[in-house]
Amino acid sequence: MSTVGWLTQFLEVLAALVLAPLFLGWVNACRAWLQNRRAPSVLLPYHGIRKLFHKDAVIAESASPLFRLAPYVVFGAMVAAAAVIPSMGTGLPFRSAADAIALVGLLAIARVFMSLAAMDIGTAFGTLGARRDMMIGFLAEPALLMVIFVASLISATTALPLIAERLVVQPLALYPSLAFTAVAFTMVLLAENARIPVDNPATHLELTMIHEAMLLEYSARHLALMEWAAALKLFNYACIGFALFIPWGASIGETGISALALSIPALLAKLGVAGLWLALLETVSAKLRVFRAPEFMATAFMFAVLGLLVHLLLGA
Amino acid sequence: MQHTSFDLQLLNTCAAILLLLSFAMLAQRRIVTLVNLLALQGAMLFIATMLLAWRTGQNHLYVSAALTLGLKVVALPWLLHVLIRRLDVQWDSEPLLNVPGTMLVGLVTVVFSFGLAQPIAELASTATRNSLGIAVAVILLAFITMITRRKAMSQVVGFLSMENGLFFGAMSATYGMPMIVEFGVALDVLVAMLVLGVFFFQIREQFDSLDLQNLESLKEDQ
Repeated sequence: MSTVGWLTQFLEVLAALVLAPLFLGWVNACRAWLQNRRAPSVLLPYHGIRKLFHKDAVIAESASPLFRLAPYVVFGAMVAAAAVIPSMGTGLPFRSAADAIALVGLLAIARVFMSLAAMDIGTAFGTLGARRDMMIGFLAEPALLMVIFVASLISATTALPLIAERLVVQPLALYPSLAFTAVAFTMVLLAENARIPVDNPATHLELTMIHEAMLLEYSARHLALMEWAAALKLFNYACIGFALFIPWGASIGETGISALALSIPALLAKLGVAGLWLALLETVSAKLRVFRAPEFMATAFMFAVLGLLVHLLLGA
Repeated sequence: MQHTSFDLQLLNTCAAILLLLSFAMLAQRRIVTLVNLLALQGAMLFIATMLLAWRTGQNHLYVSAALTLGLKVVALPWLLHVLIRRLDVQWDSEPLLNVPGTMLVGLVTVVFSFGLAQPIAELASTATRNSLGIAVAVILLAFITMITRRKAMSQVVGFLSMENGLFFGAMSATYGMPMIVEFGVALDVLVAMLVLGVFFFQIREQFDSLDLQNLESLKEDQ
């Protein structure tokens, strides 16, 4: 592998680690502006994580080693996922390590460990959050896989970097199937990252919590890792979306250092627009009751399967 | 991946959106939105017909496009909106059983109709023959909409959506029906709509609601 490939790989992981809290801060700031509130600093997530790392950890008496281990596993899974998603360039040395289906599995590992850790302490809220999260996860995963299958059918590969490459190389065409799956993917992104129609990231009411309820028992460095991992998850999902639907701007194939340099502002621009779009979606939609969430996910699945069928019938 | 020309891509997109709108109708609870979706489906049909007319140079398709615009985008939705206002059912929403289940049944129906249309489409010689599967799917989805609804209003919307599917099917298989048939169907739909409008008032006068379950039991049984 070329040095540029390794440099791309290194920069991608570094960018994911550094930019993920910034992206979260940007989404929160946009949301505040859209709701006529004064926005918090976009750097707020960094301060939160730094503050938490300086505190002393408190762990429940009934906690098993799994509870201590989970934050590292979840964080590790998210960093590993960031390494195989082509956010800046597609000439990644790690690209043969995991295809898109393995990537979905990697995200599932993080979810399973998070839910197990939440159930580990035995508090009511943790268990409740874990159960809800698994419910949403098992509904969102088939939709996500269907989205990936459509993109795979169009580019005849399941490797995410190759999907991105083929889409750029092919002559520009209208793909109704990709448009449908893009809608499905957006819905999956909202559900998986505990955003508004399914979960409210800013809620203080334990009964409506899903993601936050699972973190109630964590403190200090463990909580910092969990929150950083949540930011990374959002960042990763956004980058999967870019790779599947708008790969233009990333450096394609084995390229020089200049293409890599150009891909950084492209990524920042895409993230900026995606953050604004996400904040807009969250502002115009109301939170669903938990029992309506299956309907939301079924709609996402329907969009994805419809994309698949339309692609098979029309070849577009 | 074969490369298709841009106007065919646009036509395919229209077909895909038609299918999507059928699903939206299947899951829609509110009657006013249902009528708007129907109008949107008519508008998609209009665009598709115009594109096809332009692409093939068949002049009679312009006439049917104009007919679609006048009848399905303007007249019928307007008539339905007037009826909704007169009957005072603007805020009506009906409970749907199990939306995810209905959607899955809908998806299976789409797979079935794609399979059903495949051999027929191979006989056709038009460039749009692949969309025939979508037309069949739109018809069957409208059927499901009618089956799962209990309010008279939404059943009529399902009926009109079925007509849209038939029209689209004729268009994609043979570039439209003969003009006289098309005029006949258009007139039929308009008259049916007017008659059904009268029926709505009669049904409501008899039963104080538009729920068709009331029609299922005989008078002697009560």
